[in-house]
Amino acid sequence: MQVIRQTEEALARSHQAGLIHGACHTYVGEEAIAAGVCAHLTHDDALFSTHRGHGHALAKGVPPRELIAELFGRVTGCSRGRGGSMHLFSPEVGMMGTSGIVGPCILQATGAGYTFKLLGKPHVGVAFFGDGASNNGAFHEGLNLAAIYQLPTIFICENNQFATEIAITYATRNADIWTKAASFGMPGVCVDGNDSVAVWQAAGEAIARARSGGGPTLIECKTYRTRAHAEGMRDGGYRSAEDVEKWKARDPIKMLAARMPQEQAEFAAIEADVKALVEEAVAFAKASPYPDGITATEHIYA
Amino acid sequence: MRELTFTAATREALTERMAVDPSIFVMGEGIGPRGGNFGTTLGLYEKHGPLRLCDTPIAERGFVGLACGAAMTGARPIVDFMFLDFILDSVGEIFNQIAKMQYMSSGRLKMPVILRGCIGIGSSAATHHSSSYYSVFAHVPGLRVIVPSNPHDAKGLFRTALRSDDPVLFLEHKNILHLKGPVPDESDEYTIPFGLANVARVGRDVTVVSLGLMLRRALEAAEKLAGEGISVEVIDLRTVAPLDMPTVLTSLKKTGRILVVDETFAPFGVGAEVIAQVNERGFDDLDAPPARLNGAHTPTPYSPTLEAAVVPSFDAIAQAIRDVVAA
Ligand SMILES: Cc1ncc(C[n+]2csc(CCOP(=O)(O)OP(=O)(O)O)c2C)c(N)n1
Ligand SMILES: [Mg+2]
Repeated sequence: MQVIRQTEEALARSHQAGLIHGACHTYVGEEAIAAGVCAHLTHDDALFSTHRGHGHALAKGVPPRELIAELFGRVTGCSRGRGGSMHLFSPEVGMMGTSGIVGPCILQATGAGYTFKLLGKPHVGVAFFGDGASNNGAFHEGLNLAAIYQLPTIFICENNQFATEIAITYATRNADIWTKAASFGMPGVCVDGNDSVAVWQAAGEAIARARSGGGPTLIECKTYRTRAHAEGMRDGGYRSAEDVEKWKARDPIKMLAARMPQEQAEFAAIEADVKALVEEAVAFAKASPYPDGITATEHIYA
Repeated sequence: MRELTFTAATREALTERMAVDPSIFVMGEGIGPRGGNFGTTLGLYEKHGPLRLCDTPIAERGFVGLACGAAMTGARPIVDFMFLDFILDSVGEIFNQIAKMQYMSSGRLKMPVILRGCIGIGSSAATHHSSSYYSVFAHVPGLRVIVPSNPHDAKGLFRTALRSDDPVLFLEHKNILHLKGPVPDESDEYTIPFGLANVARVGRDVTVVSLGLMLRRALEAAEKLAGEGISVEVIDLRTVAPLDMPTVLTSLKKTGRILVVDETFAPFGVGAEVIAQVNERGFDDLDAPPARLNGAHTPTPYSPTLEAAVVPSFDAIAQAIRDVVAA
């Protein structure tokens, strides 16, 4: 969680400094979800993400320097500078991509589940997506497919209560997204998405079930993003400052620390280590070269 | 004359028309109280409320299909996609339903739908936020495809779209949306018909055909080349479907040389179509092989160095014009 938080904060500062060329949607406030789920995954498990995917990439094992370099448009980035924030790829660690289009990750994780079932492998496909995506056809089609074929796929809905500025309570008459699992005949679970231990427990059960042939699970994590939808965007008019403050007080990192008062020294040591790691990563990214323009049309075909 | 941005110009047309035509409604993500990601509907929600400025879930296929049914039953839906890239989830509804409905009903149904979105490469938007696809849509019978290059034309063409009984794709390049240009007063009710290109610069040595952002770049190149003694005629297509070939052929008759400059892919694109028609109908007027200059045939990369490499630059356009003149 510290790696995600500090990397995101470094990215936010870098965005203000003009080092990030395109969009930047941060994951600040939602770190417990990626951390709690990915703790159960290996590099053989396939993770499919959204436009808000920095946390997923980091938790899956992409080093901060490769993520930051990517957003800086450098050739050392995890997508060699061709992708930016919304096209982060690191298949080596099972990071199968963030996406500028809302929805496809749900279907692709279903496809990964199909592969693993087909080839008899004990791996899982995992989709991370927002509340907004749960009203997209991809959600309904993907969950139904995963259920009828009993695929080892885990659907993690990060309900931060808004899709850009549209409230989930406006976009659906049933804002308890986890209950929708029942209509596909699949287990649905609801957890406090700011409680890393609760996420870890729920994900652990679902992933163990999927690995042993028990089929898919939908896990809704109720959470909140405490920064604007994207860096540089306004953050008023659609939600109250009090709500933002209320959720900031439920900071997932502080909530975990509060559970373990006797471990404060270790928490502080982790924070300091991560600070050094992220500083080094930013310096690495800044020093990295831009890709050569003549490589722009490479990799269109195999 | 006063100056307006693209967005302000089309918003004026929309505001004026919504006041007199109660069948118009707008659908999209964030087009209600927020006023649209690009400001396309700013201030209209306060006037007309949530039924006419309808915020949607992220359900493109759903609300495009809804718009089709609404258009079949007496409404005039405008679907605002913000980035055109998001239209792709709804392409089945467009190609199989919206584009074919008038034909399937033997002309008894009309299909007054506007599908609008921002297009084009720039500002490291990367491959899911940079597409244009106008030649793809122009390939399909039944659709009107509009790509304005300045606020004046955007307003006049949008006014036509608001009265059209055919489905219209109204596509604006996001890198020029904020640019201002002269637009007549609100009292001037001018419209611009579909299928009428504009001779944006008169010249005699070579005809350059373009649209959208590239049209503006071509005009800049023409200005520079005037200093080198090359007189360039620049034609702004404004609409891809219908395509105004008479204006292109008239110009070619005068210049004998033609270059099509287009940001999007060369294969099966705007240049391919224009040049095919030139070969069919203007072959005897050609003093040199017709030429085209396109963006690279690739998904759009993020990094500024890569992004710049896939779009025709000012220098590349100027050189392509020199080459056609020298050929
Ligand atoms: C198909 C599609 N439609 C629209 C968009 C524009 N868009 C980008 S992010 C976003 C909101 C997403 O909300 P949610 O799924 O809740 O994720 P969050 O941003 O809250 O994490 C929208 C509408 C898109 N990227 N893809
Ligand atoms: Mg959300």
